[in-house]
Amino acid sequence: MPKSSAQKEKPIEELSYEEALSELEKIVSALESEQNRLEESIKLFERGQALASHCGVLLEAAELKVKKVSGDELIPFDEESE
Amino acid sequence: MQPTLFHTQQWTVSRLTFYLRKLLEEDEILQDVWVQGEISNLSRPASGHVYFTLKDQSAALKCVMWKTSAARLNLPLQNGMAVEVHGKIGIYEVSGQYQLYADQIRSVGEGALYQEFLRLRSMLEAEGLFAPERKRPIPVFPHTIGIVTSATGAALRDMLNTLRRRMPLVRVILAPSPVQGAEAPPALVNAIEVLNLQFPDVILLARGGGSIEDLWAFNDERVVRAVAASRVPIICGVGHETDFTLSDFAADLRAPTPTAAAELATQITIIDLRAELQSYQSRLSASTLNLLAEKRALLSSLVSQLRYVSPDRRIQSERQRVDELARRAHSSLVHHFQLQSSHVKGLQKRLEALNPLAVLARGYAVVTRKDDSSVVSHVHQAEQGKQIQVRVSDGQFDAEIVNHQS
Repeated sequence: MPKSSAQKEKPIEELSYEEALSELEKIVSALESEQNRLEESIKLFERGQALASHCGVLLEAAELKVKKVSGDELIPFDEESE
Repeated sequence: MQPTLFHTQQWTVSRLTFYLRKLLEEDEILQDVWVQGEISNLSRPASGHVYFTLKDQSAALKCVMWKTSAARLNLPLQNGMAVEVHGKIGIYEVSGQYQLYADQIRSVGEGALYQEFLRLRSMLEAEGLFAPERKRPIPVFPHTIGIVTSATGAALRDMLNTLRRRMPLVRVILAPSPVQGAEAPPALVNAIEVLNLQFPDVILLARGGGSIEDLWAFNDERVVRAVAASRVPIICGVGHETDFTLSDFAADLRAPTPTAAAELATQITIIDLRAELQSYQSRLSASTLNLLAEKRALLSSLVSQLRYVSPDRRIQSERQRVDELARRAHSSLVHHFQLQSSHVKGLQKRLEALNPLAVLARGYAVVTRKDDSSVVSHVHQAEQGKQIQVRVSDGQFDAEIVNHQS
């Protein structure tokens, strides 16, 4: 896999949806196409599972975040009060 | 001139009316006409058709608008309203009334606006602002979506609800701006520029429906140029499906409504993401199970190969060989013994034949001297008075030599 090991070591909970999904994608194609050692494969599988469940959690918990431009800043936009 | 009683051409009312109708309907000008006036005697019976009279200071024109055209009106008609009506002149034969069959109505001023619209459009088009090759693709999976619209309008609510429903992972940055009135164009330009500094992946420029005057800010040259100059792709969703503004032409993508703009900005929805994730999960499991099955198969094939080359088999065959040799050794030994034993028997027989005691049975005796146990086989050994021992077939006795003859 072309990913650097430093990036691989980043805790899964800190990954964005896209980061997690793209790593998951790489793991799946590595498992599908490359000959890995068994131990390595199991490790990949376990990380893949963790990534998938992280993605699932992010999807289910996703809430639209709305901000408003105010001068040079972004401030929270409260739909109810506007 | 006196009318003659028997004129060659006799007209009936119907024929005359029909003739007049034909005259009017064949006139190209009368069949495609914009008439300006003030609405009066407005009536909308249950049939859905609209009847009114268009008048100015000195004349009046009866007008009819059929239900299908009336349904497309986006201008609420009122008595006293100054309008421009498009349609064709015809005759209602039943009452001999000529009238305007209207198909479009716009407010006065709209015509002038429309002329301005056409002028701006051809100017900006000539500049290449609307060229298809300027259009940039809309990202299918935007992280951040910028919105330029009124903070209080239904358009914003519709768009946020649509985004929330389709793609709640998205981050929205709103640059609120008035969307109508004189202050709208510079505010819209500013909002677009300010949003560009936030680098969203796409900008939605939107406004709910309204009259052409209400939507006019989106035809303002400054706004259209700002749309074309935006470094971030813009989806323009202004008014309703039938409303086209110059901002629509300058945008990278035109949406018929604000809601549609939000939909076009979220081509990948959370449902797609769930399905994608699901598919990765099953591929992950499948590939790992496959791998395990492969490894297991390889292992079991190695085990059977190992079993084939195992020394167990050699040992078994060696053991068999040893058994075989042992069996052969045993049988040759037995044979040897048999041979030996019959040989011994022969020897025994021969020995028996040579047994001197056997002779004794026939009446011979063995005589030995008592003093030195030597066998007496000659007379000179038998001196008178010597003690001798005589052995016969079943025992022995002692004797003494009394006389001997040579």
